[in-house]
Amino acid sequence: MVNRFALEVDIRKTLRSARQTFHLHARFSVHSRRIVVHGPSGAGKSLLLKAIAGLVTPDQGSIVLSGATLFDSAAGTNVSPQERRVAYLFQDYALFPHLTVRQNVGFGLRRGWINLHGDRPDPAIDAWLESFELCRVAHQYPSQISGGQRQRTALARALVARPCALLLDEPFAALDPALRSRMRAELHALHARLEVPMALITHDPEDVRVFGEEVLRLSDGVVEASSATEVLDPPGSYLHPPGHLPGEQRTEAYRA
Amino acid sequence: MTGIDEDMGSAWTALALSLKVASCATLVCLVMGVGIGHVLARRRIPGRDLVDALLTLPLVMPPTVLGYYLLVVVGRKGALGAWLHDAFGISLVFTWQGAVIAASLVAFPLTFKSARAAFEAVDRELEEAARVLGVSEWGIFFRVSLPLAWRGILAGVLLCFARALGEFGATLMVAGSIPGKTQTLSIAVYEAVQAGHDETAQMLVLITSLTCVAVLVAAGRLAPGRTASE
Repeated sequence: MVNRFALEVDIRKTLRSARQTFHLHARFSVHSRRIVVHGPSGAGKSLLLKAIAGLVTPDQGSIVLSGATLFDSAAGTNVSPQERRVAYLFQDYALFPHLTVRQNVGFGLRRGWINLHGDRPDPAIDAWLESFELCRVAHQYPSQISGGQRQRTALARALVARPCALLLDEPFAALDPALRSRMRAELHALHARLEVPMALITHDPEDVRVFGEEVLRLSDGVVEASSATEVLDPPGSYLHPPGHLPGEQRTEAYRA
Repeated sequence: MTGIDEDMGSAWTALALSLKVASCATLVCLVMGVGIGHVLARRRIPGRDLVDALLTLPLVMPPTVLGYYLLVVVGRKGALGAWLHDAFGISLVFTWQGAVIAASLVAFPLTFKSARAAFEAVDRELEEAARVLGVSEWGIFFRVSLPLAWRGILAGVLLCFARALGEFGATLMVAGSIPGKTQTLSIAVYEAVQAGHDETAQMLVLITSLTCVAVLVAAGRLAPGRTASE
């Protein structure tokens, strides 16, 4: 079982809009089960994660995941997102609103053109619903369940197809603070049971503390190696009064 | 008295023909409108705005002008028409199939526009989520995009049906007014008034109006933003 993340990334991507251009230049190599990419919003974190998942095509460079080349501009390799076997947890979960929790979880198990019928028995789906405590809401729609249940549904949906890596885009940003710390503990406990390596992007130092086996810092589209202690105890941090939140975090908390 | 009975008989024939032509035209528009609407909403193709403008043109052009263009293309001497006639012995002019083509062309922007808007309103992240889950592009279309865009598309389809049902100008140019063969309801109204058959005309007008009101009420109920569940 490959449960070590061997991720080698060296990509460049330029995004142009009418008002500004953004350059992402990510070059790093990590080998651990849990990596955290930390940086302020607008630093290109989501872009980096989407490039790994194949949802964004870099302008040039290469991405190698656990020995498999997913993207290589020089060789003309670009594995489609469908074939990368990478699970992606979207920031606001991107659950299919027209499908029940059960149909959402089973979505990736069906490759055809028609959605899974709500009541068709399937032991694989039921096992996941059971272990994520979703049996009670299995036949409800995403709009009818709580934030925590939504996140568990999204996680179950992502993991049901047995991916070789789990990518999480700000997994706790959409939750209120109390639920956030609970879900963080839940995900941590869950991940300890799973054999899937994960990469998490966040602007929250607390996520770094809990998940950061290996930490990368991303600012203005440039990646630097970092460490959990550096993020949690940056030089000069004593200048801030205790309990002071950076502005970004505060807005996230209110938005949730 | 017998004259009126005959007129009424031909009125029902005209209604049946109108429904047949409008249904076929709606089906054509549905398939093409959904397909092209999805492509324009999701693919980055060069000249997208120009394509959109060209496909919307039938909405603003006089139907007689469209009918003229159609005659140029599918008429006996037209490029496509000549080929169809030589290769298959098919002639579309003065046939109900010709009327279907005319009605499809005129009503097409209504399905195409609403389909494009409906697909653009679907959250891209949902399609990305399906992509990462290993579902093919066709699978994503049928399992995510189409079910979520369906309401908006259906509202456009009903408008398209109503428009096709009322088509007059282009249909008359291409299919003519052959009673029982190409004389649709709206053309029959014109003919009845021309011939001074006022009772028949009134009856035809009433049938047409009721059908159109029913379709518009249905379309209004299906319009996006008025979902009962939310």
